[in-house]
Amino acid sequence: MRIAFFGGIYNNYLALAAAIEDASLRGAERMYCLGDLGAFGPHPDRVFPLLRDNQIECVQGNYDHSIGNDLQDCQCGYTDPRDNWFAQISYNYTYVNTSLKNRHWMRALPSEIRFEVDGIRFLLCHGSPRKTNEFLWESTTSTHFLERLFQDAGADVVLGTHSGIHWQRQLNGNRRFINVGVLGRPENDGSTNVWYTILDTSRAGGDRAVPPADMGPVEVEFVPLLYDHERLAMEMRQEELPPEFISTIREGWWTTCLEVLPGKERGEGRY
Amino acid sequence: MTTHVEHAKCPTVGLASLDELWFQVAGTKCNLECSHCFVSCSPSNDKFGFLSLETVRRHLEDSIEHGVREYYFTGGEPFLNKELVPILELTLKYGPATVLTNATFLKAEWVARLRKAQDDSIYCLEFRVSIDGPDARTNDPIRGEGTFDEAVSGVALLVQAGFLPIITMTRVWDDANDQNVLGQFRKVLAEHGYDRARLKILPRLKIGAEASRTEGYGQFDRVTHGLLEDYDVGQLICNHSRVVTDRGIAVCPILLDSPTAILGETLNDAGGDFPLSHGACFTCYQYGAICTNTASSPMER
Repeated sequence: MRIAFFGGIYNNYLALAAAIEDASLRGAERMYCLGDLGAFGPHPDRVFPLLRDNQIECVQGNYDHSIGNDLQDCQCGYTDPRDNWFAQISYNYTYVNTSLKNRHWMRALPSEIRFEVDGIRFLLCHGSPRKTNEFLWESTTSTHFLERLFQDAGADVVLGTHSGIHWQRQLNGNRRFINVGVLGRPENDGSTNVWYTILDTSRAGGDRAVPPADMGPVEVEFVPLLYDHERLAMEMRQEELPPEFISTIREGWWTTCLEVLPGKERGEGRY
Repeated sequence: MTTHVEHAKCPTVGLASLDELWFQVAGTKCNLECSHCFVSCSPSNDKFGFLSLETVRRHLEDSIEHGVREYYFTGGEPFLNKELVPILELTLKYGPATVLTNATFLKAEWVARLRKAQDDSIYCLEFRVSIDGPDARTNDPIRGEGTFDEAVSGVALLVQAGFLPIITMTRVWDDANDQNVLGQFRKVLAEHGYDRARLKILPRLKIGAEASRTEGYGQFDRVTHGLLEDYDVGQLICNHSRVVTDRGIAVCPILLDSPTAILGETLNDAGGDFPLSHGACFTCYQYGAICTNTASSPMER
């Protein structure tokens, strides 16, 4: 089975629509979203019909937990005043532009989703299996730490999104951690495309004691996705969102919420 | 919480998960003698000694079964330990590493080796550089004559090698002046080639030398049972860290001088509850795990 996983949407309903179409064309039979529906982009309420109409099950991200429960901020845990300033602009905009019905819907989202396909136990979370707002960056997450999380989680494949850059690591026993990337903004690499992930379990069935060479129980494809980012930028301008958010969409470099990036990942970016 | 804890004088916190392992790699030996140092490190403080490469290797191996996420190196000044570069090279085979340094003792050849070690690893090597003000006038009375210029030169060396050091500054000024200080810091670091400086203001820890420089903690500056109600104890470093020293495993990097700080010989016997009886525990309570990098300590929701 081919399954599509979408990470943080950050109000980018145009990328979500493009991802749904792209994943369908690639034969995805199911689609999931790993949370953080709101943030930098325009028109938060345009995300929800796309999720509902396409039967996309969602994990609750920290943003969704905050908006759904009328909290004061997004719970990203920044201490840098500049990051907090911009995070608050984005949070306040999203909160006041999300309908009561959609806020209630977010409040009820589960913090994790578990299912089994072709004998593979999947665990979908937002940050880490133990904490919704835990950042698991590739350069600051040791392999034995992941082994511990997997031991506690009882899963073969764990998928998350929170940190916003796709990566994966294979663990003992043919298990795998995957950050699926985000649809909400580009990956701080100077490109305007965003990313989502498709897993294929078709080679996993049967004798799991003999996994395919150099593979976990699933085939993982990180998908770069082009969408109408100029239209998004125009709508952000019309909504009077900060130029810093718009430049990220148009130029592909992160301009805010930089404090939590480890040096190695931040060094890949411009700011 | 159990009944006996409720009746105890102060609350205790156990090790829930060993996420960060610290190495007191230079003991209490430092080339500087800062007047606000919470463990009173100095060129002559031998209370804690250096850790050897072999000692670090043994604990790195032990850390695997605990599922440690990342490693921190502190002192004293870590680069006084002649084995620090090979220690960091080795650590980057196990996981991410962060060094807390004053950057006044760096050599270009060490920095080049460490850059290569990071490039060869999937993990990140972070430098947290202590500078206590955006100019010599603010920094030098605290850290010593000439140390501002030396530290900024060290930062420039790191930046030239492609690192993005985190500049940590102890707030030795009024809170209201934070933005002004940060702005000045950005300007002066940009003049030295660091145009996207990562800056972090830390609260003063009023123990060690700092207790004599200004004032110590008052008798009511303590964590109480009441303060811990509805509080995420994950904000306290003792809930998820331990420190390897040459005298055993310590509860946290702040309280080394406390007679109760050493909890055991090995990681396996250092997980017990620790009483939050110190003034410094109150600062940790107020500001969260200030010793670790921001992404390592998200708030519980």
